Amino acid sequence: MPPRSDGPEQIPIDADDDVVRVRQLVRTYAQQTKLSLVDQTKLVTAASELARNTLIYGGGGFARVEEVSDGRRAGVRASFHDEGPGIPDLTLALADGWSSGSGLGLGLSGARRLVDQFDLDTEVGRGTVVTVTKWKR
Amino acid sequence: MERVPILKIGGVLLVSIQIDLQDQSVLALQEDLAEKISSTGAHGVVIDISAVEIVDSFIGRMFATIASISRLFDADTVVVGMRPAVAITLVELGLTLGGVRTALDLERGMKILGQLGRGRDA
Ligand SMILES: Nc1ncnc2c1ncn2[C@@H]1O[C@H](COP(=O)(O)OP(=O)(O)OP(=O)(O)O)[C@@H](O)[C@H]1O
Ligand SMILES: [Mg+2]
Repeated sequence: MPPRSDGPEQIPIDADDDVVRVRQLVRTYAQQTKLSLVDQTKLVTAASELARNTLIYGGGGFARVEEVSDGRRAGVRASFHDEGPGIPDLTLALADGWSSGSGLGLGLSGARRLVDQFDLDTEVGRGTVVTVTKWKR
Repeated sequence: MERVPILKIGGVLLVSIQIDLQDQSVLALQEDLAEKISSTGAHGVVIDISAVEIVDSFIGRMFATIASISRLFDADTVVVGMRPAVAITLVELGLTLGGVRTALDLERGMKILGQLGRGRDA
């Protein structure tokens, strides 16, 4: 797939207000791709959960956002990268209501429900990358 | 960090969220509200989220926390003006907001608080 001229954008997640910036960036892409308002809201909400995880559990990192196409339809892809401790038990982490901290344990499982594609790449001691995609209907 | 202003209208505190909330602003609002309810003796809190474009688990949990805090001061909380896209997203996210009272708009929210307030005095 050829890269679009406006290409992917990358922003750091090192503090609280970076999470807000990630939300705004993802919304800009979702609007540009003309996702429906509900789909925009779902994607931005998922991004907010994942960016917060990157900050809190990953110890910070960055987000990358881009417009993508599978040949038939356009979509928005956002990925969240950190070099934190990784996730030792994925089944547990993806279960509704499980949190290693004081969270509700809805971030990962909820984000997964809110998007069309969800990929989690993690290695203990190396870090975590979560990639989500929402396609235009 | 931006702070969310709290207005007092009669016995009700009105919180109209007009900014993109970062987590620190959420925590500050919870503390400011606890302070304000206790110092004013307000009997109700209205949180107007008609301008809020997304509610994630952190912001959603704030509604429940504020409702619990206000209950400790014998005050009721109503969340008003949730956008349809936000409601759909919240359900799919899995956040039920069980103990949080909601109303369609500010007017109805104020009415509910009025009724609850009267019940309390009776
Ligand atoms: N980037 C990450 N690096 C390391 N561990 C992570 C990462 N993201 C999530 N986790 C682990 O997975 C668990 C579940 O994450 P999830 O976002 O679902 O819930 P939570 O953050 O604990 O609570 P909530 O998001 O509802 O406030 C976390 O408690 C944490 O242990
Ligand atoms: Mg989380």
